[in-house]
Amino acid sequence: MQPVLSLRGISKSFPGVKALSDVQLDLYPGEVTALIGENGAGKSTIVKVLTGVYQPDAGTITLDGQDLRFPTPDAASAAGVTAIHQETVLFDELTVAENIWLGHAPRGRFGLIDWTAMREGAKRLLDSIGARLDPDARLKDLGIASKHLVAIARALSVDARVVIMDEPTAALSHKEIHELYELVETLKAQGKAILFISHKFDEIFRIADRFTVFRDGQFVGTGKIAEVSEGKLVQMMVGRSVDQIFPARSHNVGEPVLTVAGYSHPTEFADIGFTLHRGEILGFYGLVGAGRSEVMQALFGITRPSKGACRIGGRVAVIRSTAEAVEAGIVYVPEDRGRQGAVKGLPIFQNVTLPSLGAVSRGGFLKMAEEFKLARDYTQRLDLRAAALDQDVGLLSGGNQQKVVIAKWLATKPRVIILDEPTKGIDIGSKAAVHEFMAELAAEGLSVIMVSSEIPEVLGMSDRVIVMREGRIVAEVSGAAMTPEALVRAAAGIEEAAA
Amino acid sequence: MSILKSREAQLALAIAILTAGIALRFPAFVTPANLAGVFNDTSPLMILAIGQMIVILTKCIDLSVAANLALCGMVAALMNGAGVPLALIVPAVVALGAALGAVNGLLVWKVGIPSIVVTLGTMTIYRGTIFLMTAGKWVNAHQMTAEFKALPRASLLGLPVMSWVAIALILLFALVMTRTALGRAFFAVGGNPHAAVYTGIDVGRTQCAAFVLSGALAGLVGYLWVARYAVAYVDIAGGFELDVVAACVIGGISIAGGVGSVGGAVLGAIFLGVIKNALPVIGISPFWQMAISGIAILLAVAFNASQSRVKGRIILKPAEA
Repeated sequence: MQPVLSLRGISKSFPGVKALSDVQLDLYPGEVTALIGENGAGKSTIVKVLTGVYQPDAGTITLDGQDLRFPTPDAASAAGVTAIHQETVLFDELTVAENIWLGHAPRGRFGLIDWTAMREGAKRLLDSIGARLDPDARLKDLGIASKHLVAIARALSVDARVVIMDEPTAALSHKEIHELYELVETLKAQGKAILFISHKFDEIFRIADRFTVFRDGQFVGTGKIAEVSEGKLVQMMVGRSVDQIFPARSHNVGEPVLTVAGYSHPTEFADIGFTLHRGEILGFYGLVGAGRSEVMQALFGITRPSKGACRIGGRVAVIRSTAEAVEAGIVYVPEDRGRQGAVKGLPIFQNVTLPSLGAVSRGGFLKMAEEFKLARDYTQRLDLRAAALDQDVGLLSGGNQQKVVIAKWLATKPRVIILDEPTKGIDIGSKAAVHEFMAELAAEGLSVIMVSSEIPEVLGMSDRVIVMREGRIVAEVSGAAMTPEALVRAAAGIEEAAA
Repeated sequence: MSILKSREAQLALAIAILTAGIALRFPAFVTPANLAGVFNDTSPLMILAIGQMIVILTKCIDLSVAANLALCGMVAALMNGAGVPLALIVPAVVALGAALGAVNGLLVWKVGIPSIVVTLGTMTIYRGTIFLMTAGKWVNAHQMTAEFKALPRASLLGLPVMSWVAIALILLFALVMTRTALGRAFFAVGGNPHAAVYTGIDVGRTQCAAFVLSGALAGLVGYLWVARYAVAYVDIAGGFELDVVAACVIGGISIAGGVGSVGGAVLGAIFLGVIKNALPVIGISPFWQMAISGIAILLAVAFNASQSRVKGRIILKPAEA
């Protein structure tokens, strides 16, 4: 069979990062191709190349034997390539028909919108995917699954030949996922070529006909699903040469510092229990949305668990607010530094001392000299590159802002530090510095929890790894059992028997 | 020249140029006695602008300050009429103002209503309360005791007490804003509320504290205003909240929160005070005065906006490097 769409030799670089390097991808009419790879493998980049958001630096896109370029997203959709994204972008206050046709509504006389044609077209599209929805209903009155159907109808409204589904089931319930599978079958029957991106192995094996695996921006392999095992796919995904060097660590683990038992939340996580020891780095691995950050936010007092207890140094700790968490010796460096980390507008030294103002006050008034001393001590330890400590923190680079945020927390002299995706979005040099520093903290007796989605980092830095899936702890591995395969299997929910 | 980079210095320079320009035609305007008079006239605006500045720092706004002032002023006048000693009246109206501010703050904090909606509502409620208390009647000069009226005007080291109160509050709040944990929290909450939460600062409680301070200052000004002008009625200081917000905006306090200073608020108030006092001297018709005040506000805001526009990163190396 001839592929309808072929990509060959596609490369794409961003400053400092090679996102795609000479990759290939074929999509066949009436078949589902699953694109598989870890976070950072280049899946999102290839979708953006396919939909005209990014321009590749090299390579060809061939549609029906013709070489094409997609200089804009419009050009891609005009050629019949359309994508349904993880978070569907729709308009709550508009009707179903308007949402489907927005931007390319059928025109009648005088260039005005032809409402009759728009309603009929919407009805036809909705019927073709088996959705019984009223074209005149307001979108806000529909459930999530119905909104998803509208998004799909919208994607098909451009006379689509290639449909890209980027983790379409991430936000859906079991029943809705089932309906989506049926829809995929319908689209296959209509001869559409489907690119299906998913982390869930069960659904890949359920609906895909072919697979393509990317790793670190490179093409690893392709084939038919019927001719491959889960074990083989996992191996293709993670089988990398370890090219990152991690600092040597002594693994001197002391007495328990933090004990969490039966932590539960009504909707986000259940029955979380673990023990963190002095001088230990405990990795938390899982897919995006597995509930890792939510557990950490509960430990830090941002949300409250409905059940469960937490002990620090043997004593029960009740944490109802972030202030109490800091008091108890737990600090949290959030993933989203821009939004949750530094206070832009305040100078560097005031950012560092913000949670420690009590320690630098005398009789209710702040002592500027002591504030400066505290800030200088900790920023020097982190090797912060800044012209002056009274400079606005917003003028620093991302890596240096990260250092300010970490310095701020170390200045409170915590017992437990939680780092959420500590190296996400920073360059390789800064990554190594952060890793080095984490190893130093642990060696000094601080207990570190590291939430990370990068397998090499989790394996390279942690003494033990806890894997979460769908809000629960599904595995705890240490020592020789800490292998990439073990983490991916546990996170994706692959049974041992299937290997 | 680096000192001119600070917004306060630029504003002080603008005020000096404005005053010098007026003095060229009307030398009498810059006599020490007249300047002291302008300062004294502007004292209520300065005090209220400090409170408003704190509220705006936390990404909120307090439109109820003038109504709060009027209600506290009326209560002060009625207490005076009932024979309550002045030493009790002043703390009582400050407490009342703080309580009215706390109503705003609690509605913002606990109920989560946007502050502009809360204070639009309470603004009307506070004015309405005066009407209910008095049935619209005025409290006139002859109904007030001499002691009640005399305090703000009493002269101390050559300046009226009202001016001294303003000076004392400017110094006190400059200290609070730069040298206390609460002052720092106001900046953090407005500068990045998400980060403030992660730092252990309660955003809602901090915003509520800002409203309480703004309310307490409004309560104090309520007494000063009624005593100085020797009259209390429903509509005193009507629309004054807009002057207060304008003083803050002119003073470089960012409506988006997180940026501002006591000095900026005070200078913003003085800038407006100089214009308001100078226009009648120059002989400009009262009909034009409002329009000119408005133009001055827009010019100041446009200037601030052009100053705070994001500057590009310096990527290119200097040629000689």
